[in-house]
Amino acid sequence: MIRQIFEISFITGLLGATMRMATPIIFATLGEIITERAGVLNLGIEGTMLMGAMTGFLVTMSTGSLWFGVLMAAVVGMLLALLMAFLAVYLGLSQHVSGLGITLFGTGLAMFIYRLHFGSPTVPPTVQPFKEVAIPLLSKIPILGEGIFVQYSLTYISWIMIPVVAILLYKTHIGLKIRVVGENPFAADTVGVNVNLTRTLSLVAGGAFMGVGGAFLTLAHQNMFLIDVVGGRGWVSIAMVIFGNWDPLKGALGALLFGFLDGFQLRLQALGFHIPFHLFLMIPYLLTIIALISVSRRAVIPAGLLKPYRREEKGG
Amino acid sequence: MEEKTPVVEMRSIRKEFLDVVANKDIDFKLYPGEVCALLGENGAGKTTLMNILFGYYANDGGEIFIRGEKVELSSPKDAILKGIGMIHQHFTLVPSQTVLENIIIGAESEKGFFLDLNRARERVLELEDRFGLKVDPDAKVWTLSVGEQQRVEILKALYREVDILIMDEPTAVLAPKEVEDLFSTLKSLVASGKSIVFISHKLHEVIEISDRIVVLRNGEVVAERKTKDTNTKELANLMVGREVLERLKKKKAKVGEPVLRVEGLTVLNDKGLEAVKGISLTVHEREVVGIAGVSGNGQTELVEAIFGIRDYVSGTISVRERSLKMGKPAERVEVGIGRIPEDRIETGLLMDLTIKENLILENHTSPEFSRNGLLNHARINDFSDRLIREFSIKASGRETITKSLSGGNLQKVILARELSGKPGVIIASQPTRGLDVGAMEYIHNKILEEKDRGAAVLLISEDLDEIFDLSDRIIVMYEGRLMGEASAESASREKIGLWMSGVAK
Ligand SMILES: Nc1ncnc2c1ncn2[C@@H]1O[C@H](COP(=O)(O)OP(=O)(O)OP(=O)(O)O)[C@@H](O)[C@H]1O
Ligand SMILES: [Mg+2]
Repeated sequence: MIRQIFEISFITGLLGATMRMATPIIFATLGEIITERAGVLNLGIEGTMLMGAMTGFLVTMSTGSLWFGVLMAAVVGMLLALLMAFLAVYLGLSQHVSGLGITLFGTGLAMFIYRLHFGSPTVPPTVQPFKEVAIPLLSKIPILGEGIFVQYSLTYISWIMIPVVAILLYKTHIGLKIRVVGENPFAADTVGVNVNLTRTLSLVAGGAFMGVGGAFLTLAHQNMFLIDVVGGRGWVSIAMVIFGNWDPLKGALGALLFGFLDGFQLRLQALGFHIPFHLFLMIPYLLTIIALISVSRRAVIPAGLLKPYRREEKGG
Repeated sequence: MEEKTPVVEMRSIRKEFLDVVANKDIDFKLYPGEVCALLGENGAGKTTLMNILFGYYANDGGEIFIRGEKVELSSPKDAILKGIGMIHQHFTLVPSQTVLENIIIGAESEKGFFLDLNRARERVLELEDRFGLKVDPDAKVWTLSVGEQQRVEILKALYREVDILIMDEPTAVLAPKEVEDLFSTLKSLVASGKSIVFISHKLHEVIEISDRIVVLRNGEVVAERKTKDTNTKELANLMVGREVLERLKKKKAKVGEPVLRVEGLTVLNDKGLEAVKGISLTVHEREVVGIAGVSGNGQTELVEAIFGIRDYVSGTISVRERSLKMGKPAERVEVGIGRIPEDRIETGLLMDLTIKENLILENHTSPEFSRNGLLNHARINDFSDRLIREFSIKASGRETITKSLSGGNLQKVILARELSGKPGVIIASQPTRGLDVGAMEYIHNKILEEKDRGAAVLLISEDLDEIFDLSDRIIVMYEGRLMGEASAESASREKIGLWMSGVAK
């Protein structure tokens, strides 16, 4: 059994699984990073991903278009983010409470809409999911090529999004505004930056990422909607934001690490060790916690995170 | 100068907060090319008036004219577009970002999608040259000294091409040398046609830099003077509405037993460098020891170590032979150290709690205020009311949320709390920073009273007047070491000044 681990097919398979499992986490982590950099913790992430997963599935089911499904998942993510913005930014309610509320709401709503359409089928309905696309030449690299460069289009897009978000945050005026709003909203206000608008837009952009991350789960990773399809990946993404010190590149690396552990445990299960599979399921989460303990002590949290901003309160 | 049309004219400006009227129909004018000083007691409404001009607060009544044209300023953005910039009492910088990033954020001149740091750097360097504001554009803000941070704030305003600059107590946190630099910058700004509103509690500064002075009291303009027609004594009277003693009568007392003893103390700063290098000092009963020195020479770290909120590498701290452990602030309360920290907002007060809660913060578990774990509110209320009266804290009552207080009143809340326990040792770091002359006189008298009662007082201040007025012994700190020590009688300002700049003699 142990020998199998070192076989080429195992390694190729593991690489592929790593990339696949990491994709939704990369999307969601990037989305949460944009949001948190602007000073809003969006704990609605888990519910938003589930709504994305459901919407993507349902829209594809009824229109036959996978890409339209992905698009609508993004739109639904943005709508939920708008709700979050209304509660946590404009009304200034606790970000924790608002976010958890949105997760509860999103989870319930996803379930409700699904039931409304499909009742309780014994065999869950399925869609024709995305197919993997091999990148010419690169996919021919021995061992690595087949593992890394034969992926779903959404996975490639998630990779492209990593530098895109990094450039957005560090090299553009919008990014600078986002960061200042997240660090010191009072300072942002006094130079004429609209704090609440910036926060809302960041939330909305982040919500789109979360929605797409969810859609990946029902349109590529699997081909059906199950109520536990997100399975805590939203929470993992929150952890990855901290792990990555609010940096898109490091956050994505964290997501890949999680993807690797998740893929690894699946493969180990497949090899047929006689241990309850729940133990395997625990591995990535457990290691995430361990990684968090060591990394997050050095983390530099955006100083304005969790703080609603209102004028007429003394700054400083 | 009066014949020119004012650049700013504010007419019967009114601003009410929940329970106070901060501005009662104030008229205020600013003429082109002048420095107009705004004076007034703590809580007189200076910051509020300027926040209205900056579009940060919405006024409840009155009109604003900029260059003769009536304007509605509903946000700082509107004000900036009208050419108004403001440097706040508390800095509005992002420490984790670079100087350049802090300057260009949100500026109208920044077009396009991507940041153009090179072009911005050029413009900033040009401004730095022109107005003598030296600071490295690529440094992270947290590595800068207070003076440099202030230059960044000024550059931030200039970068937006403002020609009206409001400076709310810009000198409160500056060392004497930095004040000089700031003043020469202000002069070159005025020479280039800009108009400046300058708020300060330091009367000699106001006399030095301003052309005209407007005095506020309780939200109203009570006087206006040409600077050349007035003097500090008159100004002090106008502000407070009574005579203010310019010099204190310090009683010479026989010093008692040693109380606070610091030996061989070495402390690291946030950057991990040695900020305090093996300092030893002793403060006796009935003695005020003043530590003079430009801030940033280890005073903050020394004080934090004594307070028990910063670990140290080596050395001991003891009070009456009882040695204190590292990182145990509660122990300091126990042995009776009254702590007046430099940074009121960060370490002195809980801004979201009421005044009353802040007043009992350190002794809310004492039998006086609680029984069986429950607070005795009747007692606490009496206690708070008494302190608010005694220390003349200007607030609507004990239940006022602390963050609505003006800067000076925040400091009074801390003093009231710390002195109410009759501490044996008092450590006062910049105790009168940002206070008006009346409050300053009050606090100085309090400190001397405490000394006469028997307390050992360690006073850390950048203000040489304060050091000379209060201290029996003066120590100068420079780059983490004691440069020299002298008794108050034998010390001269020249000698202390030289020590402060690192010249031993
Ligand atoms: N945001 C606010 N909410 C409630 N009350 C406020 C607020 N800002 C100021 N005040 C009150 O308005 C009054 C004027 O305050 P202001 O800050 O303008 O005084 P100031 O003249 O600047 O005093 P200082 O010299 O201490 O800075 C004070 O009584 C203060 O408590
Ligand atoms: Mg003020």
